[in-house]
Amino acid sequence: MQLNEGETGKKYEVQEMHLALETERRLEALGMTCRTVIAMMNKKRHGAVIVKVRGTRFALGKNIAENIQVKEAPVHE
Amino acid sequence: MSEREQIQIGFVGNPNCGKTTLFNAYTGANLKVANWPGVTVEKVEGSFKYKNYDMKLVDLPGTYSLTSYTMEEQVAREYAMSGECDVIIDVVDASSLERNLYLTLQLIELGRPVVMAMNMMDIVEKRGMEIDLHRLPEMLGIPVIPVSARKRKGLDILMHAAVHHRNHEEVTPMIHHHEKQEKESRHIHDHHKEFAMVYSDEIEDKIDIIKERLKEKYPDLFNHRWHAIKILEGDKTVTERYPIDLPSDFSCNYESEIINQKYDFIDEIVSEVLVNKEKKEASTDRVDRILTHRWLGFPIFLGIMALVFLLTFTLGDWLKDYMSVFLSWVSDSVRGGMEAAGISAAVTSLVVDGIISGVGGILTFLPNIIILFLALAFLEDSGYMSRAAYVMDGIMGKVGLSGRAFIPMILGFGCSVPAVMASRALEDRRDRLKTMLVTPLMSCSARLPIYVLLSEIFFGDNAMIAAYSMYVIGLLMAILAALIMHLLDRRKSTYNLLIELPEYKAPSGRTVFIYVWEKVKDYLTKAGTTIFLASIVMWVLLNFGAGGYTTDITQSFGAAIGRVIVPVFQPVGLGYWQIVVALIAGISAKEVVVSSCSVLFGISNVTSQAGMASLGATLGTMGFGPLNAYCMMLFCLLYVPCIATLATIKRESGSWKFTGICIVFQLLLAWVMTFLVYQIGGMLL
Repeated sequence: MQLNEGETGKKYEVQEMHLALETERRLEALGMTCRTVIAMMNKKRHGAVIVKVRGTRFALGKNIAENIQVKEAPVHE
Repeated sequence: MSEREQIQIGFVGNPNCGKTTLFNAYTGANLKVANWPGVTVEKVEGSFKYKNYDMKLVDLPGTYSLTSYTMEEQVAREYAMSGECDVIIDVVDASSLERNLYLTLQLIELGRPVVMAMNMMDIVEKRGMEIDLHRLPEMLGIPVIPVSARKRKGLDILMHAAVHHRNHEEVTPMIHHHEKQEKESRHIHDHHKEFAMVYSDEIEDKIDIIKERLKEKYPDLFNHRWHAIKILEGDKTVTERYPIDLPSDFSCNYESEIINQKYDFIDEIVSEVLVNKEKKEASTDRVDRILTHRWLGFPIFLGIMALVFLLTFTLGDWLKDYMSVFLSWVSDSVRGGMEAAGISAAVTSLVVDGIISGVGGILTFLPNIIILFLALAFLEDSGYMSRAAYVMDGIMGKVGLSGRAFIPMILGFGCSVPAVMASRALEDRRDRLKTMLVTPLMSCSARLPIYVLLSEIFFGDNAMIAAYSMYVIGLLMAILAALIMHLLDRRKSTYNLLIELPEYKAPSGRTVFIYVWEKVKDYLTKAGTTIFLASIVMWVLLNFGAGGYTTDITQSFGAAIGRVIVPVFQPVGLGYWQIVVALIAGISAKEVVVSSCSVLFGISNVTSQAGMASLGATLGTMGFGPLNAYCMMLFCLLYVPCIATLATIKRESGSWKFTGICIVFQLLLAWVMTFLVYQIGGMLL
């Protein structure tokens, strides 16, 4: 599924990204590497999301969010 | 005694890690701001004395990594590599240790002496977490000093460590314990014991090959390993600067893998160093649930901005009245003194009616300006600004701009010059130009005196609403203009919002003070230079005519110029030569519209209660009523930005043509809008 289809409050694992190389590298440098678990903090109707990656919050626009493939992260404990 | 040694320290860190607060804690407001040679990224330097050393601190632009994608990254990297600095202080936000460590690993890899300043430990502790400050330096091989930039704790120890560590060339072997790790470690081999960051065998083998080639060809290169890693990442700058021959099947496409492995190591560090995972939900998340709420976010944003202007007008005006009283006293005493000394009427008039009432009139607005900038500093330092970018992303997206473009626009409420400069943060050039075009429509603080003066004279109890409406209209016009450009623009723009939402924090008094002080200094400088000169020019234009010095203003050159242009302004309700002259003069700086009114209408203290009453009466007899006043406010909001803004637009866009388009666009917009309001308003009233 796409990241912007996720639900607020749930956790997702990054599968792959289909973005411009530069954007992809930048996201990776910010810690959004493959298999990273990210938490969906907030989202808006038009698809912008707030996610928490490795303890840091980021706002991602719709164009970025819909090009990140994720799957629901297994729930621990 | 021996000469004092100079030590240069570079401050590197992620954006929002408290780097500038820490930097200010050492240097205070004693800063030197310049641009990095060749690029327009701000370079801030400060100096202070520590024991026997002259310390020179350089605040590098905040950056997440040391690749060469953005200007900030390049600047930080070049500086750190240059050997100019003796020690690098890596400022780390302990509350997001994981992400901050990524930059740390890159800095360590550079091979210069690095000291970590661990900031914001209090936030970490408040959340019930602890960081093992013994194990962390052991794993990284650099000193780690806990500091609190805001509470000014640990400052001396940090400097002590930096001084002590500056000649630290030899590397102590790292102690990697991996046997207890459940996860398979990538650091199984120990042929690189001296490095904190060791990659998988595949990558290490490749690094070795490139390193050998580099050593053969560039024996004097500083840190062959770092250059080899960069080449393996396919880094453009390094690859072009140091070309080497590699086997044709040798792939240098490992950037993603290298990033991944760094984060794997970071995972390892965090799992060993961070004791107790987050127990309490971060208060930022609770606040964000409301402030960035899908429905409430936007009204809350409008409310916050309304509050900012409410404070600016009410509290500011209350203080402004005291300033006016003081100004009257100065102007009366100077006039009395000069007359008693027998100085000619013309010179007395120049000093009192020209300079004191012009420059002084502007200075009385200082309280309003201070409050506005205090509020903006508060918004910036608290972390709300990037939330505004998120909240506005939807609306901005519809008009083809990224939510990020909204930050320059908010800054435009303060002053258009830094706001236009802030548009640099946008990656796409077309986005930048669009933002530059609409940013001056945001009502800047220089236009504030015009609103305050006119609305207080003409709108009585509704003064505040009239003034606030200017801000709303400016914002709407900016969005509308962007929308029209977006519709005309056939290329689909790909605005990508990607912005960090930092932890909310109480703004640091010191940071806010320095920010506001810089703005106040700018304002005073402007009053002392541009407005001072403009006041003199205005006085000359209005007191000299074809027949030489005249006290009859209607015979002056100024009046003659104004009368030629009046017909153009008739349809918009501003067909008075005095108003026309004031508007032209206002291009030098918008405040000049107010300061020249005092000269034009012969009112010595136009911002005092008596001065406003008499200006109102004079204008009233000319047939200039509330509708005209509103049109004048509107015209001032929308017409050509001041000279300083135009110069900034020219510099940032690098195009005279674009600057010309900005001028024509705003003139047309101002005329058309004011025309509509005046004509429709005239029918209704």
